Amino acid sequence: MDLAVKVRRYDPEAKEPIPYWSEYKVEVDEYTTVLDTLINIREDIDGTLSLRCSCRSAICGSCSMRVNGHAQLACKTRVSEIAPDGGSVTIEPMGNMEVIKDLVVDMTPFWDKVKAVDPWLQPEGPEPEGEYLAPNEDMLHLAGVMGCILCGACVSDCTVLEVDSNFLGPAALAKAYRFVADPRDSQEKPRLDSLRQYSGIWDCTRCMECVQVCPKGVAPMDRIMVMRDLAMNAGFDKEIGARHTDAFVELVSHSGRLDELKLPVKTVGMFNIRAMQSFAPVGLRALVRGKMPPIFHKMLPNVENVRRIFRKLEPKK
Amino acid sequence: MLEHDVLVVGAGLAGMRAALAATEMGANTGIISKVYPVRSHSNAAQGGINAALVDRGDAWEEHAYDTVKGSDYLGDQDSIELMCQVAGEELISLEHMGVIFNRDDEGRLGTRAFGGQRRARTFFVADFTGQAILHVLYEQLLKSEITSYEEWFVTSLVMQEGKCCGVLAMEIRTGRVYLIKAKTVILCTGGLGRVFEPSTNALIVTGDGIALAYRAGVPLMDMEMVQYHPTTLKGSGVLITEGARGEGAYLLNKDGERFMERYAPSMMELASRDVVSRSETIEIAEGNGINGSVLLDCRHLGEQLIKEKLSQIYDIGLDLLGIDITQEPIPVQPGMHYQMGGIKTDVDGLTSVPGIYAAGECACVSVHGGNRLGANSLLDTVVFGHRAGNHAAEVSKGTTQEPLDVEELVGQEEKRLAEILSRDANGDRVARIRLDMGTAMNAHLGVYRDQNGMKEALDTIQQLKERYTTVPVEDKGRTFNTDMVFDLELGLMLDCAEAIAVSALERKESRGAHSRTDFPERNDADWLKHILVTSTPEGPKISYSPVVITQWTPEERKY
Ligand SMILES: Cc1cc2nc3c(=O)[nH]c(=O)nc-3n(C[C@H](O)[C@H](O)[C@H](O)COP(=O)(O)OP(=O)(O)OC[C@H]3O[C@@H](n4cnc5c(N)ncnc54)[C@H](O)[C@@H]3O)c2cc1C
Ligand code: SF4
Ligand code: SF4
Ligand code: FES
Repeated sequence: MDLAVKVRRYDPEAKEPIPYWSEYKVEVDEYTTVLDTLINIREDIDGTLSLRCSCRSAICGSCSMRVNGHAQLACKTRVSEIAPDGGSVTIEPMGNMEVIKDLVVDMTPFWDKVKAVDPWLQPEGPEPEGEYLAPNEDMLHLAGVMGCILCGACVSDCTVLEVDSNFLGPAALAKAYRFVADPRDSQEKPRLDSLRQYSGIWDCTRCMECVQVCPKGVAPMDRIMVMRDLAMNAGFDKEIGARHTDAFVELVSHSGRLDELKLPVKTVGMFNIRAMQSFAPVGLRALVRGKMPPIFHKMLPNVENVRRIFRKLEPKK
Repeated sequence: MLEHDVLVVGAGLAGMRAALAATEMGANTGIISKVYPVRSHSNAAQGGINAALVDRGDAWEEHAYDTVKGSDYLGDQDSIELMCQVAGEELISLEHMGVIFNRDDEGRLGTRAFGGQRRARTFFVADFTGQAILHVLYEQLLKSEITSYEEWFVTSLVMQEGKCCGVLAMEIRTGRVYLIKAKTVILCTGGLGRVFEPSTNALIVTGDGIALAYRAGVPLMDMEMVQYHPTTLKGSGVLITEGARGEGAYLLNKDGERFMERYAPSMMELASRDVVSRSETIEIAEGNGINGSVLLDCRHLGEQLIKEKLSQIYDIGLDLLGIDITQEPIPVQPGMHYQMGGIKTDVDGLTSVPGIYAAGECACVSVHGGNRLGANSLLDTVVFGHRAGNHAAEVSKGTTQEPLDVEELVGQEEKRLAEILSRDANGDRVARIRLDMGTAMNAHLGVYRDQNGMKEALDTIQQLKERYTTVPVEDKGRTFNTDMVFDLELGLMLDCAEAIAVSALERKESRGAHSRTDFPERNDADWLKHILVTSTPEGPKISYSPVVITQWTPEERKY
């Protein structure tokens, strides 16, 4: 069948370097992947199209791009799945990264953030003669994160990175988790201590995008949540983020729903004027977009049930 | 001025292992790769890495014997002994760096069975062993002081008075050419899979280092030995790991018969790769296949095992074929997979040209001889990468940097590249030349070969080399010009193709992966020797070198 492929292009050397669209007609069948089509275009139609690709089997992490609006590996996406009756497919470079040319983005900040989490094993004491003994379950569990191919899809679509480029982001944090959870690593606490700082684990808004787009089932958000728990258990509970969570729990257990107006107050403390002021823009933006939480916070009608859940979950004192 | 004691070209397993070794020895080390290190093709290795661990009741001699036999006695036994002796040490050091190998019930490293070996001695991380090791070496690279040039393409080696003093390289992002000076250069550029079409190899596996060394006058060895893997997908050539058969999957013909019973009654599906690929080719040729394929059946392994240990091929089935391999068999056929031959080196990675080292798939020590055993290649990369790094660092200590006319050298290279960019359209395309080459190589230098076919392939290559000199590059820009990169790669691949065809025509017998219908028998009297090919102004020149035999005298190979 015939397919129309729309590709977002950019040539920094053009007289007027502005993004534009190229449209190509290609023949595809049931098994053709998006990458196959792009290679076909590059080899037979238009050699000026730049993209990164290598393995063709979802293992090298080169070919992340936005296909119909979401980051995916081009080589893992069959055209027949996204455009079952032919029609058209739209391809753009990854988001949250600067475009160098066409579908090629600048990944330097991506690698810098990976490096920022000290991504190497730090065992304690002298090395054993043989291997470190470790339960297979732990290794299988780690395999779930080690499966990350550093493709950047999660970073492309992360909603926090869109507004705060300092956020370490899902890929680097998933990488950090790989060491936090490694029974051979001795630096769990120091690692958590540095991850709980600004731009770390507490900056994620739990939007789930990274979980949805990850082609390898790494589920970065879930790993971030586990690290939050670990950080709190390790006694790092005075942190803004940790207090945010505490406040969250307190409010929900009180009224059965989140009082978004009280949350910031509880998190930073009522007398922290500067921090309170810093919330103003968020509040304003929310107001403009019609998302301002109700001023009079109503209790859920069956709030008793919610409170019962919390009592059940609360550790016995 | 970019300058290093040791410069490693390639950041796959061999390259990163070499660089880590060199920096540990105190050498000022650089590593350069045309893709980000974790994109290197080593990550495609699914199955695992071999080592005979004494405390598991295994012995290195057994591993060495299996390797020698697998090589069809063309492997050098002294090198094989060395590799198998240090395998355990290398494996444990990878574990100490952080590789999350699968464990047994006691928390020790677990093993799986692999082809051509009588014992389960393959250590693994699910079915992404290569990726798991590659990413851990990358972690170590980040921790180290090594300078890393990422997305830089090496275009030439710099030679002065018969000695290598560095490389010329193009920074892909800007298209600028730089000279990086080095006292020693270690080539770790991987295989040459894309010389064939189809191939299991990634698109970046284009034999660059092999051709660069060849052009610099280093002899290539065993180039006729090209491995076809028994289980690849039709069309794309994507690999289904031997781990599947290691875990117990069957090969079936169209009647549902486990045909390997007739070809290798004792090892069955786990006979050596050349043997299984030939058996499949015969089945398909005799009409026992289905659409040119046979079937790989995993169904009886059960959903849990498949999802836990063969997760990647479960995904490949779903993504590329739209089938659930727990419910349906996979159609497979032999496909080009690995180059046993390469840049001739000694056990320290040193070539006959001062300053040039090689390790990994681009090198030929030779530990694989006529046929590589599954999971021996990852071992080869770390063992010889490590040794080359050590040796190069040591040698660099006693060497002083020659003065070079950097501007002149960079200028010449820029001119060469500019000429390619300036060519006018002539209707021809880089991709078309590559396809013609790949198709000819697959047709005539595949599982079965004969004189006429190979001659035809060589003629084709020579014509393609002509076409190559005028083929235009469509993208005229400097920034991330992938079109230009393909052009450079094609030139290097054509040299590799020629070296393969010339060597294969020379070997008038059948041994390992080199099966000739016109010379169907192995002939130890005349051909128990390596074939070397050297580039000269008059064309490729053939010479020989003896096979080193220590404790295993050649005998007939039965599985
Ligand atoms: C699908 C598949 C599965 C496999 N499974 C197994 C297995 O289970 N067990 C096993 O032992 N082996 C396996 N192998 C073989 C094994 O993976 C390879 O032989 C091995 O990984 C090669 O490693 P390397 O370090 O030599 O090269 P590579 O990992 O290929 O690295 C080459 C490096 O060189 C760089 N480079 C190349 N040219 C240039 C240039 N011109 N300029 C700059 N840089 C350059 C590249 O960027 C790259 O970093 C498998 C191979 C394939 C294809
Ligand atoms: S869940 Fe968190 S890390 Fe993941 S995309 Fe959303 S904000 Fe980013
Ligand atoms: S977590 Fe998933 S999406 Fe993110 S880089 Fe790793 S593999 Fe890619
Ligand atoms: S090409 Fe390697 S992940 Fe798509």
